[in-house]
Amino acid sequence: MTATSASYPAGGRRTRRFRPDRDVAEWEGPYRRYDLLKEVFVAFVVALLLVLICSVVFSSPDERPVTVKSWSNAAPVDFAQTAMTELDGTSFLASYGPPYNNTPGAGQMLGPISIEKAAGVRIPIDTATDFVLEPLATLPDQPALDAALAEYEGAPSPQQANWDAAYEKVVANATFSNGKLVVKSGPYGPVGVLISDLESMARSGALDGALLATPQLYSTDYTKPLLFIADGGYLADQAGSRHLQGSQWGMMNETGNFPGQAWLWLYTMWYQIPPMNSSSNGDVEVWAIMMALTVLLALVPFIPFLRAVPRWTGVYRLIWRDYYRSLDGQVSSQTPPGRHSQRR
Amino acid sequence: MSPPVAAGLDPGTAPDTWTGKFRERSVKAFPPDRLLPDSQPAYVASWIYVFGALTIGAFIVVMLSGAVLAVEGPAWWHKSNVGLFVNSTHMWGTEFFFMFMVVHLWAKFFMAAWRGRRKATWITGVIAFMVSIGTAFTGYLSQLNFDSEWIGTQAKDGINSTGAGAFWNVLNFGQMFMWHIVLLPLLVVIIIGLHVLLVRRRGVVPPFAPTERQLARAGLSSAGSGIVTGTAPTSPYLPQDLAQPLPQDLAQPLPQDLAQPLPQDLAQPLRQAEPEPPQPVSGPPVQPVSGPPVPPVPQAQEPPAQKDQQGQKDQQGQPSDEQQDQPKDQMWTLPEDPS
Amino acid sequence: MNHMPISGGTNLLGAVVHLGGVGKYIHWGFVQISLANVIIIAVMIVLFVLAIVLPFPKHGTRQK
Repeated sequence: MTATSASYPAGGRRTRRFRPDRDVAEWEGPYRRYDLLKEVFVAFVVALLLVLICSVVFSSPDERPVTVKSWSNAAPVDFAQTAMTELDGTSFLASYGPPYNNTPGAGQMLGPISIEKAAGVRIPIDTATDFVLEPLATLPDQPALDAALAEYEGAPSPQQANWDAAYEKVVANATFSNGKLVVKSGPYGPVGVLISDLESMARSGALDGALLATPQLYSTDYTKPLLFIADGGYLADQAGSRHLQGSQWGMMNETGNFPGQAWLWLYTMWYQIPPMNSSSNGDVEVWAIMMALTVLLALVPFIPFLRAVPRWTGVYRLIWRDYYRSLDGQVSSQTPPGRHSQRR
Repeated sequence: MSPPVAAGLDPGTAPDTWTGKFRERSVKAFPPDRLLPDSQPAYVASWIYVFGALTIGAFIVVMLSGAVLAVEGPAWWHKSNVGLFVNSTHMWGTEFFFMFMVVHLWAKFFMAAWRGRRKATWITGVIAFMVSIGTAFTGYLSQLNFDSEWIGTQAKDGINSTGAGAFWNVLNFGQMFMWHIVLLPLLVVIIIGLHVLLVRRRGVVPPFAPTERQLARAGLSSAGSGIVTGTAPTSPYLPQDLAQPLPQDLAQPLPQDLAQPLPQDLAQPLRQAEPEPPQPVSGPPVQPVSGPPVPPVPQAQEPPAQKDQQGQKDQQGQPSDEQQDQPKDQMWTLPEDPS
Repeated sequence: MNHMPISGGTNLLGAVVHLGGVGKYIHWGFVQISLANVIIIAVMIVLFVLAIVLPFPKHGTRQK
């Protein structure tokens, strides 16, 4: 980039006022020896040594994930209760809104706008079909189950709702023994068979596979099983015991005593304080705050008050103390008046 | 208008090609000894300056360990002891990367390193920080373990609330993994590259100009202190100015050259003892003047020492040794305050 | 996947210092932070202060 000659009319006076937080005085003083490539190389070696030492001394965490199988075996009642909410559409996911479904009133608002709603339903999930009915239908040679499925799917919606509500009542007090879910009897029609068989399917591991995105062998998209697992209480309990929940500043944390993501401190902090900590729009509010702060950080050089903080706090005096000391040692050798004294 | 193609066209004689134009602009912005300097201004003398390089060093460790993980695939390190070790180096590399980067950020903030047309350097640094956070995030999602599962199912709420979750599905391992190993590392490398080039282009930010009080304590005042508060267009680099006189010099011969023979040319022979500050490039060497306004002095932000002095020597016919006699009070030129 | 027990333990394969198990956390007002993260942040602050305060070798300076 060449000198901006256009800024300098004949006579060449630049008219911009010098601002110490924006402009610099150009350096014409001494230089010192410096080896750029060597510095980067040494920095790499230092970083590598530090990393190798920490890797040998501390290793890294690798805790096995919760699967539908491990969940339903460890907490069968929680699984059954969650499955029931998926079937009757009262689960967290079933009433989530975009991008999963079009629940009226769902979707976080930032003031009058919901960007979430605007983006639309692009990962459509019908919890009753995707998590309960379709997986059950893949089981071969199950005449009782097939009959229950036919009965449930063939019934009108109000009938289904009645059955669902009745089962909701009894599953709240369900127990599990001898490999079977135990609930009180009630007017819940085929729902009992559906949930009980889904429980068995889950505990066998077959439900994990059935929930994957594609019917063919290969899949890399774990949306459905993860959303189903996240609807249950078991995963959250596991996370809570590892101090990973949102209200525990969990975003910064790692399992065990490993360091986590300390750089997320500010992002997670907003979740802890009102009104975000109890707002139904808390997520989008925190995102908006963080986006604004990020832009502010990027634009510090343009903001008069913020960009003056370094000069006011004076940490620079420590950093450049050798240079500033060198000023003190100078003889005030005044150059002839008029020479260079262009200060206006 | 392209020159006629001739047999035996010499290299470098078709500068109006895209390549020629790009080459010339690149060399102008980044002459080799500015791109790869072997000297720095004397004020670059603090351990705080190493944290940029340490950040890059840690980044290289992260990339190398990531490459090894990529050789064997994302499931390897769960089954292999060596793989777990490599994963550890990737994880600790990331921890140190962020540690060094944030210390570097603190340092650059307290140095107000955006001064002197270095705002883009600061901005690319902030962008690098944010993109690095995103890269680390997709890395956590790619672990195929409890961490990934929890982080994904939690983070989806934040991302969905912005509408981005409809397109960027944190529960889609394939998508997140490819962002982590292809798209985001590429973006980080590009942004770091731009950031480093900007540092090389403008040089390391100088200290805050001495305050009047500091000058007073040193027995100096800004008047007669050698602080030139004349025009100081922050022209990037001196040698090219010597190589290519600015067009305006040809278009507008400076009035004072013709109208006023400089008094001191007659009264004082050309200084031999006191070295001159860098002179404006305007055809004939211009002597420092006290009366008429000094024409714009193209000041290098960070002139490499050798070239700079040699350039001045060539320009003025004065021995470069004079620079050693330059009193320290002439280390600064300030842009003019028109008040 | 042979070294990932779920029950809060992690097989760290001979790590000298075992960082698996139950994490230690510091509760300070409304802040909850892991000991590990506190150490990381403390190290960063110490590095920052030391880097500014420690003298830097002066060789190689030449007047030009």
